Amino acid sequence: MNDALVIAGKSYQSRLLVGTGKYKDFTQTRAAIDASGAEIVTVAIRRTNIGQNANEPSLLDYLPPSEFTYLPNTAGCYSAEDAVRTLRLARELLDDHRLVKLEVLGDPNTLYPNVTETIAAAKTLVKEGFDVMVYTSDDPIIAKQLEDIGCMAVMPLASLIGSGMGILNPWNLQIIIENAKIPVLVDAGVGCASDAAIAMELGCAGVLMNTAIAAARDPVLMASAMKKAVEAGRESFLAGRMAKKLYSASPSSPTTGMIG
Amino acid sequence: MKSSMQIFVNGKAMSLPAGVINVLALVEHMQLTGKRIAIERNGDIVPRSQFANVSLQSDDKLEIVGAVGGG
Repeated sequence: MNDALVIAGKSYQSRLLVGTGKYKDFTQTRAAIDASGAEIVTVAIRRTNIGQNANEPSLLDYLPPSEFTYLPNTAGCYSAEDAVRTLRLARELLDDHRLVKLEVLGDPNTLYPNVTETIAAAKTLVKEGFDVMVYTSDDPIIAKQLEDIGCMAVMPLASLIGSGMGILNPWNLQIIIENAKIPVLVDAGVGCASDAAIAMELGCAGVLMNTAIAAARDPVLMASAMKKAVEAGRESFLAGRMAKKLYSASPSSPTTGMIG
Repeated sequence: MKSSMQIFVNGKAMSLPAGVINVLALVEHMQLTGKRIAIERNGDIVPRSQFANVSLQSDDKLEIVGAVGGG
């Protein structure tokens, strides 16, 4: 079945996007990402350590940009200005790379997004030719505004970043998905495989996660579970579920031909 | 010998040896040659192709960044 995820004109077979943070080491990072089957991986942009061993291995040695589509993020940015600056650097860093994840946070305790700054940053980035995948709250009006600005994908939270609380408001996600003409991906809050499957069954185009895999007791096994959950959820969505009813007078086995 | 110039790299003051006069020389001085980095000087991106053409001035503020693990 050809059921590619298309973002900014490029097709991807995997609908699971993963972060690269919080792993024990780069070997585990690579093993988990391989197990997840993800083709798009997020990275953060940070100051290089000055005066440290220049030959110490880097993330890029383990995840070569030739093998993965990098999605540089603006994690830790609290203003539109900082987010735009960060992504301009990312574009230079990754040889005129355009696909980016925009997130502007509003509060260091909850990591709740600041949607007004997010909208301001999105406008600038779209004008400058970036392909913006944007992290936001699960507010359908804001999601639509971000689409209208020209973002390539809108990525509402399922619950707060790193919380693992799962999908707290499936109804809002459903409204966002119904209204959107661009891919809607759940980003943040997924805790376990069933959460990822539920997101896909709601009709999400994909799921982005980091902590759910990296903070599992066995990250590589969880990465494999997430891969299957996203695939199963997608197929379940495409297959179209049966109608729910409180009870059914129609058993699955024949009612005729009973013995006695 | 000319007194060395002071600039700020990633928020830290740095005294440069006399020969380090442009961004390319700074990258070599910091042993970052060949590393995948991006540089911003006083708020503006310095494209890799322009490292040799962008001179350093006293009190310049540079940001040198790379990609790290993140979600």
